[in-house]
Amino acid sequence: MSRDVLLTIEGLRIEGRSGDDWTEIVKGVDLTLHKGEVLGLIGESGAGKSTVGLAAMGFARDGCRITGGTIDFDGIDLRKASEAVKRDLRGARIAYVAQSAAASFNPAHKLIDQYCEAPVVHDVMSRDEAERDAIDLYRRMQLPDPDGIGFRYPHQVSGGQLQRAMTAMAMSCRPDLIIFDEPTTALDVTTQIEVLAAIRDIVRQFDTAAIYITHDLAVVAQAADRIKVLLRGEEVEEAETRQMLDAPREEYTKSLWAVRSFARPEQPAPTGTPILSVRDVTAAYGTVNVLEDVSFDIHAGRTVAVVGESGSGKSTTARVITGLLPPKRGEVLFEGSPLPPALKGRTREQLRQVQMIYQMADTALNPKLRLRELIGRPAQMYLGLQGGALTERVRDLLHLIELDPDTYIDRLPGELSGGQKQRIGIARALAAEPKLIICDEVTSALDQIVQEGILKLLDRLQGEFGLAYMFITHDLATVRAIADDVVVMQQGRVVEQGPKAEMFAPPHEPYTELLLSSVPEMDPDWLTRLLAAREAGQTPATA
Amino acid sequence: MGFATSVLLGLAGLFALAWVLRAGARSILTGQSRSIALDMPLTAAFGLLVIAIYAAVAIAAPALAPFPEREIVGTQFEAWSSEHVLGTDRIGRDILSRLIYGARNTVGIAFATTALAFVVGSILGLWAALTGGWLDQVLSRFVDALMSIPALIFSLLLLTIFGTSVLTLILVIAAVDATRVFRLARAVAQGIVVMDYIEAAKLRGEGAWFLIRREILPNAMAPLVAEFGLRFCFVFLTISSLSFLGLGIKPPTADWGSMVRDNATLITFGDVTPLLPAGCIALLTVAVNFVVDWQLHRASGLKES
Repeated sequence: MSRDVLLTIEGLRIEGRSGDDWTEIVKGVDLTLHKGEVLGLIGESGAGKSTVGLAAMGFARDGCRITGGTIDFDGIDLRKASEAVKRDLRGARIAYVAQSAAASFNPAHKLIDQYCEAPVVHDVMSRDEAERDAIDLYRRMQLPDPDGIGFRYPHQVSGGQLQRAMTAMAMSCRPDLIIFDEPTTALDVTTQIEVLAAIRDIVRQFDTAAIYITHDLAVVAQAADRIKVLLRGEEVEEAETRQMLDAPREEYTKSLWAVRSFARPEQPAPTGTPILSVRDVTAAYGTVNVLEDVSFDIHAGRTVAVVGESGSGKSTTARVITGLLPPKRGEVLFEGSPLPPALKGRTREQLRQVQMIYQMADTALNPKLRLRELIGRPAQMYLGLQGGALTERVRDLLHLIELDPDTYIDRLPGELSGGQKQRIGIARALAAEPKLIICDEVTSALDQIVQEGILKLLDRLQGEFGLAYMFITHDLATVRAIADDVVVMQQGRVVEQGPKAEMFAPPHEPYTELLLSSVPEMDPDWLTRLLAAREAGQTPATA
Repeated sequence: MGFATSVLLGLAGLFALAWVLRAGARSILTGQSRSIALDMPLTAAFGLLVIAIYAAVAIAAPALAPFPEREIVGTQFEAWSSEHVLGTDRIGRDILSRLIYGARNTVGIAFATTALAFVVGSILGLWAALTGGWLDQVLSRFVDALMSIPALIFSLLLLTIFGTSVLTLILVIAAVDATRVFRLARAVAQGIVVMDYIEAAKLRGEGAWFLIRREILPNAMAPLVAEFGLRFCFVFLTISSLSFLGLGIKPPTADWGSMVRDNATLITFGDVTPLLPAGCIALLTVAVNFVVDWQLHRASGLKES
């Protein structure tokens, strides 16, 4: 690409503070970005992606400081520039789109008011022009009701729409550079596609340069011209997207690819009474039915994946099974005999058999309890272990989840990494020696290498203890990796269910087809092809 | 050496001692308690030291006091001397002894009252937040009703009804204060009961008492401890006000609040003796608040910069 250089970063070094010590978190990263070019920055959490992205605006987060290197944006040295100069650039020539649009919009102002702020402050447009421009951009971003959506408050629009509104807002001053920080990570697959397509189109239409930060390779492959891989603050490699996908040079990059290759071998067909049967369950919050006639079985030693978009009733099904939400109609059978509908009616033994692992390990583990008690409590409660026997059991469980007991047994959850916390969640479930574990989006808050570790661990434990899993997820790549049976849910109903092999082979229900086709593939042309196909009507439209 | 100088020197000495003790704690302790000692600012160490000294004095009062609490051992208003270190009061009782016993009475009653208010208030508050529904409504509206009556008037009313023994004094002030604690505990716990770990514990089949004690309380502890310090100081003031109105601690029991009032005339002669009990209250209040500030700091997760 022989276009003008827009941004040059050389030898960038950034330190972060932990307590009184400063440790280097970005260790000499170089980066060149041409006008109109999209660069993908990928790496696992802690790789320094976001820190580098923010540094491109001449900004360091609280507790971070830029200690070395140069940042040159179109002839302006951002390290030496005064705050006033940087303030003029930000919003006007460099814009930033954050991961969670819901958290980044001010909930007290309407979308269009927030849109108009930057152009008016930077004297690019008058308020009226800015409003007309906002509506035009909302239309280009294919937001529903572009004339009216700006006059809503952030909580009145969906997550995917909010993310697009934020991208439109970043575009308001027609910047030269936009930094996208994980813009689709918090969205489910079908919404992710809409946002991704909208971002790609708008960046092309206005010939804007962009830095696209993500940990999802397949996503970045759709949008980026070049990809740079970071690991612990250092560059691993950089190449054109196609070249990077076809022939990654470094071992680490190859390992990022390999994550998606984990697959559980085919299991023999189930026999006998299922461990758990959900029979014609209808459940409601208040008077609104959120589940309608849901039925499925889970057999011993098998993994049933329950998939669907947010709001499809996956987690509500788990609440019914655990007794947190007694169903209006229908029942839940455990090994053939009905479970009392409400939590209070269940015996300790019934409670022991069904355990749960949560999506956010941060909120699922009491931050003030040590691992000894967190893991030990179920064993103490259900199995009556005390004293030395209890400690021994906790140590065994820590071994099982591949954490060293001597190091970890007296730690608090806050002293663990995200992946380790999730392992503690698994150990706590195992401590009860259950027959069924409900995994509610257990990997979706983790990056891919950590995800892979958790999935392998769950798979190994299943083999060792003959556990059954109900695996709630919206990530079909995970389903492909570990499920035996799949239940597809949409708006509180089961749309389709069956063994994995059948589900992933045509013909599909329209909704299943939509979900399947929305999973990003490691192919830079995937999104283009998919959108063209949907345009031509080969794939049914979004429900 | 003037009085002011000796007070300043005394305070400086206390700070120095606090520094030495903290340094000692840092080198001796291990694990969790060591990290607390490392995290502790000097003011908090000072506060803890002062509280420890008050506690020791209160407990060992009979051994420390040179004279009995209520006995007339000299003439009226004797000056400071080697026999009566801080002189005598208006009917000839030894002031130092009464100060020492006062620590036992005033601090002891204030502590018992605050502790009772906290046990009752926080358990009910956490229980209301955890259970919700009609129990929460009944308890909260009842507390609202109690809080709508001005605290002092309400205490006066109750004390008039039940009489003024030390026990009723403690119970009445505790009842009034527990309503405030209930409000705080309930508000703090409402943010905690929605967490997944509470749901996980409920799914495990834990009872309400375990949930309150092991799951909610450790997470609500920091704001409650901070509030404890503040309430403790308020209780002092309440006891003094009630004593002034004649419904608090009855003479001849030594009480710092009434000692200030009784000996106030000495001020006109340029004698600082009546200020000593007030100083004792002030020092304890400051010490408690130092510790409270530190706890608030820990609760909010801020680091000393």
